[in-house]
Amino acid sequence: MNKKIKFRVNGKRVETEVPTNRLLIDYLRYDLGLTGTKEGCSVGVCGACTVLMDGDMITSCLTLAVMVDGHDIITVEGLAKNGELNPVQKSFIQYGGFQCGICTPGQVVAATALLAENPKPNEEEIKDWMMGNLCRCTGYYKIIESIQKAHQFAK
Amino acid sequence: MIPFEYRTPKNLKEVNATLKEFGSDAKLIAGGTALVIMMKQRLVRPSCLVSLRSVRGLNAIELRNGGISIGGLATHREVEGSSLIRRRLPMLAETYHHVATLRIRNMATVGGGLAHADPNQDPPPSLIALGATVKATSANGSRSIPLDEFFKDYYETVLGPDEIIMEVMVPKLAANTGAAYIKFLPRTADDYATVSAAAVLTLDKTKKNIADVRIALGSVGVTPIRATAAEALLRGQPLKAEAFAEAGEKAKEAVDPISDFRGSAAYKRDMAGVFVRRALERALADIRQQAKAKPAPKPAKKKIVKKKGKRR
Repeated sequence: MNKKIKFRVNGKRVETEVPTNRLLIDYLRYDLGLTGTKEGCSVGVCGACTVLMDGDMITSCLTLAVMVDGHDIITVEGLAKNGELNPVQKSFIQYGGFQCGICTPGQVVAATALLAENPKPNEEEIKDWMMGNLCRCTGYYKIIESIQKAHQFAK
Repeated sequence: MIPFEYRTPKNLKEVNATLKEFGSDAKLIAGGTALVIMMKQRLVRPSCLVSLRSVRGLNAIELRNGGISIGGLATHREVEGSSLIRRRLPMLAETYHHVATLRIRNMATVGGGLAHADPNQDPPPSLIALGATVKATSANGSRSIPLDEFFKDYYETVLGPDEIIMEVMVPKLAANTGAAYIKFLPRTADDYATVSAAAVLTLDKTKKNIADVRIALGSVGVTPIRATAAEALLRGQPLKAEAFAEAGEKAKEAVDPISDFRGSAAYKRDMAGVFVRRALERALADIRQQAKAKPAPKPAKKKIVKKKGKRR
């Protein structure tokens, strides 16, 4: 069964018909080709599939595509503006905030949402916010450092 | 997931009509964070999802008769961030902050969480201890259900398939009341609890006797459990050091945990006793802290000070 939906992805309008049982993550990856968003645990625990809906982070593996009708979705592909990486992305590169990289899109999207709310978070605030973004390489120290120093790259 | 219809009614009348059309094959969906997992695992296979996301006016958090009314569609994030709840019932804001991760709390709703009825959830013990009631409505009218009579079994509540949770009402707390929710998490911070306990403790005017107490536990049975025998042991009794430990021991008789990767049944039972004691101690500390924070009503005090011309 299909349903018509209208929403925005990374600023672009999308008007489409989706199967009601299509998950948002599958719609983003397979129908729109936005493969930056990763699927890890599939049960909302690991954070690899984090995207923003109207600025708030959500779990795209537990969200039906039909549920984003009328909303504004930002994926990791939508963070750079005019080809320029956002401060969090620059900081992750500068301070080595990743190892294997599979969790990185989720980490970067989650950290971007954090900095939008709290531009200079301390370590505790970062840990509390990023608790649901798992890194199985356990590169947490560099991730925390990257987020803490991201404000250096803000204009 | 098997294919299903997805309806987006705009108001309650349309919700009721859609639920009638599909009968018990329909499922209400709000945030979807619990239901979608169950559908992916094929534990639930509705022929139609009736989304409440387009129904307006069901997410208000407001003061009512001194208590707090929380709309069924308020998200966990809205509860933990509500300035009203943080000011009046910080324990409840903390409880919702403990749920899973921020991504889940941005989507998961108060009503959806209660209807999901997983005994490992955080909010039910706190809400039961606070004496909350659920207001449910259907085409046949509305009813209020005390939360300690709401859960029937694992993932089962007293709600009919056509009933919608409109609001959760948390009554005004009596004077000299403290509240606490604690969660035993030996594994990770976003896990379900091994044992969780909530206590709401009221002292009498002299602050030497226990006027009232409500205790509820999570993760130690097929539903959240209210420890009524432990409450009875304390109610009306003088406040003394051993009393909380005795209540903890009594609470162990009320629980029926299962052995799993979060601990053996015997361990969870022991921890239930420990966490009830600690929750009571925290609730008492909460009363004492409140007393310190506001020794007397401010405006009256200022006037008296000025008239008499002396300070302290």
